[in-house]
Amino acid sequence: MEIVVLDYGSGNVRSAVRALEKVGSALDSHEVSIRLTADRAAAVAADGLVVPGVGAFAACMAGLGRVDAAGILAERLADARPVLGICVGMQVLFADGIEHGVHTDGLGLLPGRVQPLRAPVVPHMGWNTVTPPAGSVLFEGIEPGTRFYFVHSYAVPAPDPASPYLATLTEHGDRFVAAAEHGVLSATQFHPEKSGAAGQALLRNWIRSVAAR
Amino acid sequence: MPVAVRVIPCLDVDAGRVVKGVNFVGLRDAGDPVELARRYDAEGADELTFLDITASSAGRETTYDIVRRTAEQVFIPLTVGGGVRSVGDVDALLRAGADKVGVNTAAIARPSLLAEIAERFGRQVLVLSVDARRVPAGERPTPSGFEVTTHGGRQGTGIDALDWAARAADLGAGEILLNSMDADGTRDGFDLELIRLVRAVVSVPVIASGGAGKAEDFAPAVAAGADAVLAASVFHFATVSIGEVKAELASHGVTVR
Repeated sequence: MEIVVLDYGSGNVRSAVRALEKVGSALDSHEVSIRLTADRAAAVAADGLVVPGVGAFAACMAGLGRVDAAGILAERLADARPVLGICVGMQVLFADGIEHGVHTDGLGLLPGRVQPLRAPVVPHMGWNTVTPPAGSVLFEGIEPGTRFYFVHSYAVPAPDPASPYLATLTEHGDRFVAAAEHGVLSATQFHPEKSGAAGQALLRNWIRSVAAR
Repeated sequence: MPVAVRVIPCLDVDAGRVVKGVNFVGLRDAGDPVELARRYDAEGADELTFLDITASSAGRETTYDIVRRTAEQVFIPLTVGGGVRSVGDVDALLRAGADKVGVNTAAIARPSLLAEIAERFGRQVLVLSVDARRVPAGERPTPSGFEVTTHGGRQGTGIDALDWAARAADLGAGEILLNSMDADGTRDGFDLELIRLVRAVVSVPVIASGGAGKAEDFAPAVAAGADAVLAASVFHFATVSIGEVKAELASHGVTVR
């Protein structure tokens, strides 16, 4: 199977590619190849698509616009092909974002708004615990209390219980969305590719879920 | 449980080799940064910091290669500092695989560099390194009594260390790496007053550095307000392990990974 990491000019994407390669090579039941590209057809056709993201919401949306990420994701979701967003790559899946007072539309695939995190110390930088809901695929088999690496100043506030997606929450000042799962759409605010063994366990869960489709 | 206090080993790298003694048992090559990075990762380091002390441009290329090879094998955050003078330098380090970049002297000379980096890459990549000391007797005092130094603490600037940390955070620094040049190398413990004062004027994370000599030195730095603790020689010489530091912190009620 092939996993494409969408290359739209966002920061350090090598780490995501390397972590996926490491996890993929250890799965003996599947041949997994990882490809970093902005090629539209490849991104649509891949078994799994990873959307990384580092930096500012508006800058990432601009970069995503240049590779027609909205179109790529719409085609993938219509065909039930899995997508994993990471950090700002998760934030852009939501309706919109407010950074430095500037309002930017997101891709609108999940309800909610990305806004400044209110906490005594920001950015939220370091290893924190998360609370996944029952039925989470991403966190299946991962021990409670496991920590993942976060680095961000903006976040989606905890949704109300009637929210249509599975929300994994964490807390730094505010309670906010650490991961979202909605059908074939998955996303993490933290960086699994920088979260050591815990992050690799999560990526393994995701790759297995891709393979199971 | 809140975000864990980070324990960060720091490696000085010159032309691709770790310098300033490293004395680990069981390493094939104690001078290889990649091997040391793997070792610290296995011991539970929460992040790694490389300080590139290379002067020549040929040595720079070697540093990029080291960052590249480390990032391919170690899946925890990697900060690289030393000699970063421009947005282009930051870009090259991030492309090589650094997650964060430390800036020091170049920002003192031209503070707008901080804003330029934050605007292009986001403040989360930008670590401002502040080498601070108490203003020596006989020199013009600063309001806080602490000043920013250059040249490894040998040269005072007359700039108040607190003012500089606060201004840098306003300009876009996402984190302050606070090195006490008075405590550095003494192994007598961190400069707690300096940590407290800087903590009070910035809301970005503060990494305490300089003076660690034993496991008991770390909890007071956290009590003084540090979000992370960084040390070099105590780890390189295996005086204490990262695990021992974390156990000591945990015994004082500090959250660690």
